[in-house]
Amino acid sequence: MTHPLISLFQRDLALAYKQRAELLQPIMFFLLVITLFPLGIGPGPETLQKVGPGVIWVAALLSSLLGMDRLFREDFQDGSLEQLMLSGASLSWVVLVKVAAHWLSTTLPLLILSPILALFLNLTEAMYVSLIATLLLGTPILSLIGAIAVALTVGLQRGGVLLSLLLLPIFIPLLIFATSAVDAAALSLPYNGQLGIIAALFLLALALSPAATAFALRVSQN
Amino acid sequence: MWKWLHPYAKTEEAYKLSQTLLPWFGISALIALVAGFAWGLLFAPADYQQGDSFRIIYIHVPSALMSMGAYSAMAIAAFIGLVWQIRPAFMTMIAIAPVGAVVTFVALFTGAAWGKPMWGTWWVWDARLTSELILLFLYLGVIALYKSFDDKQQAGKAAGVMAIVGVVNLPIIHFSVEWWNTLHQGATISKFAKPSIATEMLWPLLISLFGMAMYIGYVTLLRLQNEIIRREAHRPWVIALMREDKE
Amino acid sequence: MSLLSGHHLSCSKRDRLLFDDISLAVEPSDVLYIRGPNGAGKTSLIRILVGLSTPDTGSVTYRDNCIRSHYDVFHHHLVYFGHKLGLNTHFSPLENLRHWCKQHQISVRDDHIVSVLDELGLVGLETLPVSSLSAGQQRRVALARLWLKNHADMWVLDEPFTALDVQGIALLKARLVEHTAKGGGVIMTSHQDLALSIPVRELALEYRI
Repeated sequence: MTHPLISLFQRDLALAYKQRAELLQPIMFFLLVITLFPLGIGPGPETLQKVGPGVIWVAALLSSLLGMDRLFREDFQDGSLEQLMLSGASLSWVVLVKVAAHWLSTTLPLLILSPILALFLNLTEAMYVSLIATLLLGTPILSLIGAIAVALTVGLQRGGVLLSLLLLPIFIPLLIFATSAVDAAALSLPYNGQLGIIAALFLLALALSPAATAFALRVSQN
Repeated sequence: MWKWLHPYAKTEEAYKLSQTLLPWFGISALIALVAGFAWGLLFAPADYQQGDSFRIIYIHVPSALMSMGAYSAMAIAAFIGLVWQIRPAFMTMIAIAPVGAVVTFVALFTGAAWGKPMWGTWWVWDARLTSELILLFLYLGVIALYKSFDDKQQAGKAAGVMAIVGVVNLPIIHFSVEWWNTLHQGATISKFAKPSIATEMLWPLLISLFGMAMYIGYVTLLRLQNEIIRREAHRPWVIALMREDKE
Repeated sequence: MSLLSGHHLSCSKRDRLLFDDISLAVEPSDVLYIRGPNGAGKTSLIRILVGLSTPDTGSVTYRDNCIRSHYDVFHHHLVYFGHKLGLNTHFSPLENLRHWCKQHQISVRDDHIVSVLDELGLVGLETLPVSSLSAGQQRRVALARLWLKNHADMWVLDEPFTALDVQGIALLKARLVEHTAKGGGVIMTSHQDLALSIPVRELALEYRI
């Protein structure tokens, strides 16, 4: 018999596959936001290269917020979460598995799309490599921290805008370190330091977020 | 360890405690603020570079420091509430939040007003100001989360979790913004970079700082009492209290 | 030794005290029926008893172990049926129950789930999305858990008879009798009058201001 957590992982991925049309929406949003920038600030290759990393990261932040609610909202509303909480599994692990499945189904497609965006924004190869590295390390932080806020707002009728209000200030350090890594790469400077800090933030989020999210879910169930 | 206490007796106790503390905070806030501001604004020597415009420091620095202090106090209250399930702790937390937000706004406003003669513009993406701005957003997030719940017990817990998440992030935000600032604006000289300050300027500053802390405590206690009365308006002890007041 | 018991439970919602100092115990083969008007806190009490929410004071024990520290043992022997059915509307009844069984560590084959669903009168609906089922049919799917989790000796059911037709009510009552005959305990709330063939104990909650 498969382990309950593995079967939960499979279930979440199967559900994501059933709702794939819905999952495409944040990705479309991501593409559109990035398309707006050359139109808004002019198509000069140097300008685009300068603002490119920031634009991609800001767009990634915003589009990740759009899909964040999916993490628990549906399961909360239809009662699946209650049944899950009464299954005997540790809620922190449940959270971790759900976050992993969510990241795979919503954020990974975004990463796969990013070569096109690198072309749009005239990024050099070195910049592109560093961008992918920061996105790979950084977007799991978005999902982990986002899970806490989603768990807190999941019982509310309208959580969408509130979620952004709660999360965007907390994402600022990540934005700073990630874009500066890409900036450093543009100048052919080493960016191990920035990556190291992002990795440290990831580990911190990994250590604290599941327990905090589990607690928040219990508060929402009250 | 608190479980044996009846939950409603506890809010009553909290109310009585704040009633006792209130005059102490109020009087020391009044004395310290009047003394500190008068000394700083009227008698302390003018800065040899910035002239009299530097005197805004006596408002700006206390409010900037206290904005962080109030946030920490809020997070500590939230932590106590979450760990020991104490209702008045959540009430204290939410009593601090708007006060802290206003103090943060004062710090931002005075910082901008100070920036005008210094930099020739109201807003510069200075590390300190940016941190304060993000702190304001954190405060507003906690307040917004609290306001979105109908059930205030649940609201307290949710906002408490958010306050603690914020306080874990505060040092990271602070560090990242400082670092970002040196990266992008290495040429700008921070007005706070001078660690040395003349003693005759330091004393009024410390007194204003103390006064600001006491004032925040005073307003928080008042708000806490209001919150308790509002939430427990139908409890016998509140009704008895109101009757006493009328007579 | 009682199966599930609550000791001196109290709960307040929105600063209103719902109930105070309630103690109850369910012995094997016992049916405890919680009655009370709307807003008296029946659902709150039920959610405290299964461990979904925490009481302001008091504790809940399963076989004399506090459920907060031994939640895995307790939840292993519990079936909870709440207002929310716990069915994802994109999945079919079969998929929903298959996932549920895996998460609750019940090893059943698909054909067993199908036969339980057929027994509950859901022939031919096993692989349709739950969203295409009627309210009563959805509740039957959720109630199928009572047939699947055989090692559960504690059932906590919040208004299980709502939206069921006569035949559904009869099926559920028969299953309840079967469960208690095996020594299982049941806690439930209901607006209907229970006409069970087995003795039922009642706990009345009153509406407080």
